Amino acid sequence: MSKTGIGAPVRRLEDHRFITGAGNYTDDVNIAGQAYAAFARSEHAHASVRKVDASKAMKVAGVVAVFTGADLEKDAIGPLPAGWMIHSKDGSPMNAPGHPCLVQGKARYVGDPIAVVIGETQAAARAGAEALEIDYDVHEAVTDMMKTASSPIQLHDGAPKNTCYEWELGDKAATAAAFKQAKHVTKLQIINNRLVPNAMEPRSAVGDYDSGTGVSTVYTTSQNPHVARLVMSAFLNVAPEHKLRVIAPDVGGGFGSKIYVYPEEVVCTWAAKKVGRAVKWTAERTESFITDAHGRDHVTTAELATDERGKILALRVHTTANLGAYPSLFATCVPTYLYATLLSGQYDIPAIYAEVDAVYTNTVPVDAYRGAGRPEATFVVERLVEVCARELGIDPATFRKRNFVKKFPHQTPVIMMYDAGDYAASLNKACDIIDYKGFGKRKREAARRGKLRGIGFSTYIEACGIAPSAAVGSLGAGVGLWESAEVRVNPTGNVEILTGSHSHGQGHETTFAQLVSERLGIGIDQVSIVHGDTDKVQFGMGTYGSRSGAVGMTAISKALDKVEAKAKKIASHLLEAAEADIEFKDGAFSVSGTDKKVTFPEVALNAYVAHKFPSSEIEPGLKEGAFHDPANFTFPAGCHICEIEIDPETGVSEVVNWVAVDDFGIVINPMIVEGQVHGGIAQGVGQALLERAVYDDSGQLVTASYMDYCMPRADNLPSFKVDTTVTPCPSNPLGIKGCGEAGAIAAPPAVINAITDALGHENISMPATPQAVWQAVRKGMAKAAE
Amino acid sequence: MKMTGEYELPAARQAVWEALNDADVLKDCIPGCELFERDGENGFKATAVAKIGPVKAKFNGSVQLSDLDPPNGYRISGEGQGGVAGFAKGGADVRLADAEGGGTRLTYDVDAQIGGKIAQLGQRLVNGAAKKMADQFFENFRKKLSPDEA
Repeated sequence: MSKTGIGAPVRRLEDHRFITGAGNYTDDVNIAGQAYAAFARSEHAHASVRKVDASKAMKVAGVVAVFTGADLEKDAIGPLPAGWMIHSKDGSPMNAPGHPCLVQGKARYVGDPIAVVIGETQAAARAGAEALEIDYDVHEAVTDMMKTASSPIQLHDGAPKNTCYEWELGDKAATAAAFKQAKHVTKLQIINNRLVPNAMEPRSAVGDYDSGTGVSTVYTTSQNPHVARLVMSAFLNVAPEHKLRVIAPDVGGGFGSKIYVYPEEVVCTWAAKKVGRAVKWTAERTESFITDAHGRDHVTTAELATDERGKILALRVHTTANLGAYPSLFATCVPTYLYATLLSGQYDIPAIYAEVDAVYTNTVPVDAYRGAGRPEATFVVERLVEVCARELGIDPATFRKRNFVKKFPHQTPVIMMYDAGDYAASLNKACDIIDYKGFGKRKREAARRGKLRGIGFSTYIEACGIAPSAAVGSLGAGVGLWESAEVRVNPTGNVEILTGSHSHGQGHETTFAQLVSERLGIGIDQVSIVHGDTDKVQFGMGTYGSRSGAVGMTAISKALDKVEAKAKKIASHLLEAAEADIEFKDGAFSVSGTDKKVTFPEVALNAYVAHKFPSSEIEPGLKEGAFHDPANFTFPAGCHICEIEIDPETGVSEVVNWVAVDDFGIVINPMIVEGQVHGGIAQGVGQALLERAVYDDSGQLVTASYMDYCMPRADNLPSFKVDTTVTPCPSNPLGIKGCGEAGAIAAPPAVINAITDALGHENISMPATPQAVWQAVRKGMAKAAE
Repeated sequence: MKMTGEYELPAARQAVWEALNDADVLKDCIPGCELFERDGENGFKATAVAKIGPVKAKFNGSVQLSDLDPPNGYRISGEGQGGVAGFAKGGADVRLADAEGGGTRLTYDVDAQIGGKIAQLGQRLVNGAAKKMADQFFENFRKKLSPDEA
């Protein structure tokens, strides 16, 4: 392994600029003469807007303009669309009303933008927004996803029963038959709590319009600027695609919430043209709480059927998924194809049947959030398996191993074809590292200190490397999910990689450079990664679903193949040898069997000087591009084990021990991978113990600040023991599976399995706050006393 | 938000009833009240400054009296706009009865709703703040009805 190649724990190249304040985020972008936008948002969860009176607002000093939904309508600026078609089980297409960028008719959640005020300063814009007089006709709101389908309150004319779709996957009859044969059935009611994404950098947009060229430019906090440009041009009519430039500079965390196109960047881009100057908006933290797409929010009934030996026969699931007030861009695929397709977990389950009802409520739209469907699936499967093992009196590790998929490829009953893995290997390694055999001793020792100690497993699987285009197209996706790359070799031999992936914390500038370093034998300091600008990179699908390694780097690798092939041709002329005799190794081309060689930078220079080869045979220059469409999803999997100590007097749960053994296939940079695992576990522990977005009955989000929404902090977490096992991914040449979401997927069931193990009973929901745990302890004591 | 309470007042039921219908008395007793004037037969225009947790705002709104049952009670309801802070609306059923040791027992039953920033930032603090405002109101009201202390 070279010091900077594949597998090297290289320090992140981008961190110097981030930690010295030299990053360039959207809010750092300032354009001469820029104005500021402030959005007047609905303070009611469900209300018709009868009138917006801007007369007082226009008199506020520094207010430049006020626009409402009617102004957008006049310019035919379309509503935000749903990007993934789901059909209900009766064959009918989903009900997916568009989301106007400024309210037209009804506001459907607290935070729905009604009007925008453009001001000379941020203060003037905000003062103007406050001076707007909005006349509401307030309607009753519905926030409870279990009541909305039968509620007399209707959110959308085009969505009867407030329902987007009633979808199914799997074989209903075969599953029912298997349940009839079952010796044991484990049944659980599971709530997957609603989360607020809380990226450190709030969303922001700066729109600008060049009247000379007719080009609109928007700087925006996006995980996928090309998709944003496509949606804004093809669906929203903001500007034609060739007259719209979308730039996503440094982005400070996304976790999914920055995949989607939001009203604010559309309005800023459009308004810049209207007022003839750049328009900037940056969310306040409260705005982030009430406008960033939330995550999760499922209510599920799940049943697992087993035979007398504890062999799983079938799984049956009914899930209600809250989509919020509108279908956000990819929201409809999250509780369906990103969820139910993973319900087989790591297990060989002969029959699975899942029903998913997706419903609208007067709450912020819900969409993909770190893991997106797979955490919800993993939570269902891993809770069921743990409880089932306990009910049958089988050790939970043994029960899992008995049911693991052992032969690959493995076709599950829910679409996915697992290509490679060794689930027992990660489980065994995790058990060794945590000293599973010694747990009883640790539990007794904790009891002497008055603590209840529990252990919980999570053997998760997820689908990453999203995704084979034809496959997702057949399932309803509105786009293909390939990736593009371009390798530009400069005459001096350094290299620019243009990628359609987008880094917002993943460290692409380092890992992508490591791939180039490995392949071309040049230092990582000789490589620049260019991303996030639609004027530089031709097209790309962006970063989510842990796809940048498996899909994005494979595209780079393919372009590097072409660069290498051409460079070899040029080298053969420089070395006056047959191309077949040229070998490329450690950054130099040599004639095999001789000491004649030429370095990669020398070849690069000659490619551009073009003196030493016939241009009729070889074009000058050294620049190649590639598109890569993956052949399959990738299937990262692993085992997390969590140990918890509960103080029965206070209900406080302390995570005291955590082992993660993940199989991410080939790892490019183990330090970055470990960082991704740490961050994911922290978010998963946050979901399990601390975080929950709560609406009151009238539709007010009552957890809209850090006073009431509890994020995990360093002191909520132990030092993690992170390790890996490796089965290379067969569907891409680099063998990469992806690691970005694994921690957030694996962690919640590990925590809840540990807590329920400690408490000795199962009935606890996330977040397992001290209050909930304390009550569970008291209930347990009452039960014991009976 | 729901809240109930009970106060003993050192005055006869009729006197309490009259005070409850006196705009000047109400203005003096409502904490933070800057304006409280008659607007129609049973209505009032009102302005009051309220602070809930980190949010302080001036609420402009209207107050209505209904279900008038002199001298036994009424329903007082209202709604106010606090600008960027959001809105508050709600009402209280107020009942008067003779107290055992003389004077009047006032009971109230409040339901209220808040929205916007005040709900997002202050929901957890609303019950406490409302209770405190109610206590303050009735303390002021009691003093009004006790000429010695006025």
